[in-house]
Amino acid sequence: MTGSEGPGHQVQAIGNDEDVVRVRQLVRTAAVAAKLSLVDQTKVVTAASELARNTLVYGGGGEAAVSTVDNGVRRGVRVVFSDSGPGIADIDLALTDGYTSGGGLGLGLSGARRLVDEFELDTVVGAGTTVAVVKWAR
Amino acid sequence: MALKAEQSERLGKLLSDRSEKISKRWAEVAAAPLKGRLTVAESGRQTTELQVQLQKSLNDGATNLDGPQTAELRAVLTELSRGRARQGFTATETATSIFALKTALYEIGEVEKGDEKALRDYVAWSAFIDELGLFSFEAFSRAREHIITEQSEQLLELSTPVVKLWEGVVAVPLVGTLDSARAQVVMERLLQALVDTGSPYAIIDITGVPAVDTQVAQHVLKTVMAARLMGAECIISGIRPQIAQTIVALGIEFGDIATKATLADALRHAIRRGNAGKREA
Repeated sequence: MTGSEGPGHQVQAIGNDEDVVRVRQLVRTAAVAAKLSLVDQTKVVTAASELARNTLVYGGGGEAAVSTVDNGVRRGVRVVFSDSGPGIADIDLALTDGYTSGGGLGLGLSGARRLVDEFELDTVVGAGTTVAVVKWAR
Repeated sequence: MALKAEQSERLGKLLSDRSEKISKRWAEVAAAPLKGRLTVAESGRQTTELQVQLQKSLNDGATNLDGPQTAELRAVLTELSRGRARQGFTATETATSIFALKTALYEIGEVEKGDEKALRDYVAWSAFIDELGLFSFEAFSRAREHIITEQSEQLLELSTPVVKLWEGVVAVPLVGTLDSARAQVVMERLLQALVDTGSPYAIIDITGVPAVDTQVAQHVLKTVMAARLMGAECIISGIRPQIAQTIVALGIEFGDIATKATLADALRHAIRRGNAGKREA
């Protein structure tokens, strides 16, 4: 359950490296607003950084929607990355530590999943990929 | 929209006949929205220069802003816009200074009392002045872009100093976002400093990096590898608790690279290793 969408819903297009920085700043601001601890702030910002770069590098650009969410008990940050790139053919392989189809360390997607509380990956080969993550305040 | 030849002539005539009054009124109207950041005298010098060039262009038979007759006028406009951009004025404030001429012409040309022809003239002149304003707008944004490019280049230079901390120990304090361009600069600087100082130890301090993701880690690891190939040992310092936990969760491995919480720890480590090396030798 991701809960109701709170105020401060913001969408940032991802078209270049500077946009990755902007996404990071938006997520940090939202994380502070949702009262996440410093460790959790850093984790969700880092996860957003990985996923935004994936959107840019592998998805050919897209957008990130950042919002604060509230499930009645806890508040959190929800970030949805979407692109209309080539999609992911083998999700299991893509989520394997150390596997990369580019030149990275191969830890971005799998690492990002470990950094957040909720992780939803929705991909269609040839049509694009959507990744939604949520980090709850403890 | 181009002026008709006779409209251009009449504007030139009005400008020369009532030169002083227009110049004074233009300066006043132009300075008003600047709220004292430029005095009436200062803004007056700029508008008078514009007026002189405008007058000259019109005398040469200029009917729009493209021809060779207006080359000097364009240069003056560009100069004014560039100056304003550097002084931190907004584009609106800059363009308004030019549009102020319309008010001056309207009042001093007594358009209100004039006949239909006078009104037609005024509309045509206005369109011409709009062209001047738009030109200054363009020049303004070009100047701004230039400033931004300059600043980002300066930032690249500024943010990557390599400092000698101790005999045989150099350090790079990384601050801000580490993108590929900066990572490249950092690596080059560090490797050069290692050669120049003959240092066997290099400390990469990441205290000022807000988020260490896999890209940052990869850049740092590559720099460490390159330094190793040159025979230097790298120590990564400034790993704060939240960064440490994030790195573990991400699954980044720094292998046998020495990492320390603070720069002081890293320096102590380097000095100790350096002394141990000397005793063995």
